[in-house]
Amino acid sequence: MSDPAVTDSVDLSVVDEMIEQYGTDTSAAIPILLGLQERYRYLPIDALRYVTEKTEATPDQVYGVATFYGQFRLEPVGEHIVRVCHGTACHVRGAVSIDQVVCDSLGLTDGADTTEDYNYTLEKVACLGCCSLSPVMMIDNQVYGSLTRKKVQRIFKKLGREEARK
Amino acid sequence: MTRTQIVVGMASCGLAAGAQEAYDTFEEKLSETDTDAQLGLSGCIGACFLEPVVKVVGRDGKEWTYGEVTAKRAAEIFEQHVVGGEPVLEWTFEQGEHAEEVETFMGRQVRIVMRNCGEINPEIIDEYLARDGYKAIEKAVTAMMPDDVIDEISESGLRGRGGAGFPTGRKWKFASDAPGDIEKYIICNADEGDPGAFMNRTVLESDPHSMLEGMMIAGYAIGSAQGYIYCRAEYPLAIHRLEIALAQAREHGFLGDNLFGSDFSFNIEIRQGAGAFVCGEETALIASIEGRRGMPRLRPPYPAVSGLFGKPTIINNVNTLTNIAWIILNGAEEFTKYGTETCTGTKVFSLAGKIARGGSVEVPMGTTLDEIIHDIGGGSYSGEPVKAVQLGGPSGGCVPVSMFDTTVDYEELAKTGAIVGSGGMVIMDEDTCMVDIARFFLDFVQDESCGKCTYCRVGTRRMLEILTRICSGEGEMRDMDTLEELASKVKNTSLCALGGTAPNPVLTTLRYFRDEYVTHVRDHKCPARVCKPLLTYSILSDPCTGCGACKRACPSDAITGEKKQPHEIDPDLCIRCGACYDVCSFDAVHVE
Repeated sequence: MSDPAVTDSVDLSVVDEMIEQYGTDTSAAIPILLGLQERYRYLPIDALRYVTEKTEATPDQVYGVATFYGQFRLEPVGEHIVRVCHGTACHVRGAVSIDQVVCDSLGLTDGADTTEDYNYTLEKVACLGCCSLSPVMMIDNQVYGSLTRKKVQRIFKKLGREEARK
Repeated sequence: MTRTQIVVGMASCGLAAGAQEAYDTFEEKLSETDTDAQLGLSGCIGACFLEPVVKVVGRDGKEWTYGEVTAKRAAEIFEQHVVGGEPVLEWTFEQGEHAEEVETFMGRQVRIVMRNCGEINPEIIDEYLARDGYKAIEKAVTAMMPDDVIDEISESGLRGRGGAGFPTGRKWKFASDAPGDIEKYIICNADEGDPGAFMNRTVLESDPHSMLEGMMIAGYAIGSAQGYIYCRAEYPLAIHRLEIALAQAREHGFLGDNLFGSDFSFNIEIRQGAGAFVCGEETALIASIEGRRGMPRLRPPYPAVSGLFGKPTIINNVNTLTNIAWIILNGAEEFTKYGTETCTGTKVFSLAGKIARGGSVEVPMGTTLDEIIHDIGGGSYSGEPVKAVQLGGPSGGCVPVSMFDTTVDYEELAKTGAIVGSGGMVIMDEDTCMVDIARFFLDFVQDESCGKCTYCRVGTRRMLEILTRICSGEGEMRDMDTLEELASKVKNTSLCALGGTAPNPVLTTLRYFRDEYVTHVRDHKCPARVCKPLLTYSILSDPCTGCGACKRACPSDAITGEKKQPHEIDPDLCIRCGACYDVCSFDAVHVE
């Protein structure tokens, strides 16, 4: 996959689509941004600017919202999102070491959160709500529970093989 | 004879444990054979510790529930039970290896909120209708005046299940008293942000219609025509099932204009949260639905008077709303038969952490912590003694095992410094460091503080710095006093409950586990062996067989040694990750 950061300008028709769906009222700002992020996978600054031009929402509101909520990302992300849960239950059952094994498996060092090939982005999340199966992580929409170091290594090995077959 | 039914429990917990694989196996087997068995799904019955759970109803109508159904077990259950008609008894809840456990786990529960969880397919409205679904709203609209509904809820004594325990009937009355010609709103707070709490997710994924029906009744009672569900984005499956449920309710005429031939009209929209814990606070939640940063504002005016878009707004938690239809159908008096005089009904708790039997459990208010944790939950999973329970997430506190005779009741629990809160219970054993837990929650709240109030913004950060210092062995005795002083200032000068309760985990651990703080500060040791900077890993030469497992597991190449000779750890290279400790089969890795 090519580096999405260097692809040319964003397709703003996506914004028009979202405005069509959610309207131009200030209260539509968050649904619009969530919709944009689902399509672009992050919030390109040009798209945000376009939102402020086309809706009632002011630039300070849009940028304020985009930087306030944990879901929004202003940087491009990898193709797959790995969310390691750091909720209380996961914490007491060893989430910190799970996080470390994920970093090791993906070759993420020095606090980097996205692999160089833009294949994976690692996110630390507060709680996935699967506490009874802690520690857990989520890769895209799939939740993996009762993790151990070994299990995490196996999951990434398996995903790596599947990737290679493609 | 009826057809055999195979029902796979597919809520997020089941899916995380591998329910999809079990489902796929059944599906594949069904396509290969010519049996007329039917495959379906349900939500979660709450016994997460035995997920994936599969129910098989045979041709004879007899129901069997299986636990820990891997793909392999699914294949065997299919052959022996679905095709052969003989249940695989050893894996069943009824007679299998976990039968006794299941009996103690389920036997003491009273299910009102979770009455349909695991019993119906949450994606098929007919299954909800078959269990008196939408009968309560029909009864309310056709046979009761809005004030009658409010009176019934008031008489039931139902109190808000989201945390503070405000009487629901009284809250509704405030909004209902506002002039009838202005718009009013009902909001369902499904922003279950407390780490360690998942009872709202369980209900939304397993029985979304019950909550929707509760919202409709609330709408009728206060004279609102519009409801919003504010659901956190981390719950994609709950949102998906809510969307299906809403579409079906509209199709069946339970939502829309002139419901049940009356002049009552009601619609519901879903608003997704965008990942901010503070949005569980009602004024912040309102700001978020209005499209702004989720920052709380001063109350009064309370939302019941001036809320969403400046209009009277009632915000109720998922579990509060899920009680409503039951109360309308069964009557307030029936509800008050459960619980205590001041706290009626039941409460759903999420059991997680170092618990043997994790899951969602519903018990009458007034049950003791001991009954919930030791009897229903089975104590710790390791068999080690339970040390404490953390209740109510970042706003709650840690209650030590010596106080487990405390009953779950808003007032009783508050006396311990903890709160009922949303109902998350994270169980801790001797291997959990209480200072680390305090640091963990402070890390969470200082990250989630919206930044409006200075002490919440800066004070929590200073507290976190102190706790981090203590966990690194660089604390001083006076740090504990500073923590207490800061805690009281953060509590007293914050506008909303996030800041107002943020110091609770620190205060309760200081109150009940001060000795652990002292050991960290004075002896530079972490008794639970959690705080990494205070640990030293070494290999005991006697038990070490030189198998090399630790050497292979070590990510930092800190372990050396010849084959079959005792190994050694280089303390300078060791990153104290514990990988060697986990893999050693000879107890040769020593941590202190």
